[in-house]
Amino acid sequence: MKKIFVAVIVSGLLIVYSIYQKLSTTPAQGNTSTSTNSTSNTNTGSNLSLASTSSTGQTSTTYKDGTYTGSTEDAYYGSVQVQATVSNGKISNVQFLQYPTDRRTSQMINSQATSMLSSEAIQAQSANVNIVSGATDTSLAFIQSLTVALQNAVK
Amino acid sequence: MKVTHLLMGMPITIEVIDSQVQFSEIEDVFEYFKYVDNKFSTYKSTSEISRINRGDVISSGYSKDMDTILNLCEDTKLETDGYFDIVKNDNSLDPSGLVKGWAIKNAAGLLKDKGFNNYYVDAGGDVQIAGLNDKGNPWQVGIRNPFNRYENIKILSLSDIGIATSGTSIRGQHIYNPKRRDAQLDDIVSLTVIGPDVYEADRFATAAFSMQRKGILFLDNLKHFAAYMIDHNGIATFTQNFTDYVSPNV
Repeated sequence: MKKIFVAVIVSGLLIVYSIYQKLSTTPAQGNTSTSTNSTSNTNTGSNLSLASTSSTGQTSTTYKDGTYTGSTEDAYYGSVQVQATVSNGKISNVQFLQYPTDRRTSQMINSQATSMLSSEAIQAQSANVNIVSGATDTSLAFIQSLTVALQNAVK
Repeated sequence: MKVTHLLMGMPITIEVIDSQVQFSEIEDVFEYFKYVDNKFSTYKSTSEISRINRGDVISSGYSKDMDTILNLCEDTKLETDGYFDIVKNDNSLDPSGLVKGWAIKNAAGLLKDKGFNNYYVDAGGDVQIAGLNDKGNPWQVGIRNPFNRYENIKILSLSDIGIATSGTSIRGQHIYNPKRRDAQLDDIVSLTVIGPDVYEADRFATAAFSMQRKGILFLDNLKHFAAYMIDHNGIATFTQNFTDYVSPNV
């Protein structure tokens, strides 16, 4: 039961991911506000786009604003189709247009799946904070950072 | 009063708002971290864990704290389907993935025992939080952007809770998948967990991070935890209850 749930979600995420990759190669096609991508042709530069994003994160990928619908994919217990919205060059929302509902079990699994997890593009926040949670600094990085801060402080 | 020391290879900050706090009381808590470091650091040849790894100590001679930690590691391994594992490739033990959260929780307990109600203990971005900040509001906690350490990408309002983030952003890959030790963990770059205390948040963040994309599903199935996962494209996936903690002021 749990395994099926996981399998369906993982396939869903994979499809969403394949659409992100696909999206990064589409601006050249000159989309206006809405376009439909088929993921059947997948070997046009997707490796290149992956390579360009892997080292610097989200910064090097630019998307054209609009709403993009993914292809319908077989997710074993039914079909999955998602729609991604791009605003200001960033993916702002991902919606499920279809997910398996043809059997009682998959209906239950997926009502959990689509209601419990949400997705968004990360965005910088400028508000003041008391504390920051992040991956652990090494003492070296801490010292280097402090050194730079102090260098700036004396100018 | 706010004090930072560089200990256990990371900055540790303790801030206490309660007006009666004395500097020496905060220093007492740092002494506790030094005690933990001297016992559990795999970088110190004289630590108990190093002596155990050299075979200098038999299991009946382990200290009480060592027994406690090794038992907690075993429990966590079972609870995470083997994704949390302190046995390294060379068969030595490295419980540091659990010791940190445990030490932060205990350090916060020392402040509570001293009668303080409003404070936090932050060790390298993993934090136990109590009461309110100096403005009388819940503590404002930023989640650091894994692609830019000078930016926050989420602001949370937290009180009487623990938060921990596992990731690859600064140290490089310091977490590995115990089931596939050669596997590269580079799809997910940051995983923040909010839990009943920092010990719980930290151990499950570490285990779930090594699960990569499956990690958020594992956390979603746990009661009393919220999580926010960021992949290498800057796309976040989060549990429904995570939004309950997002600061309303932002």
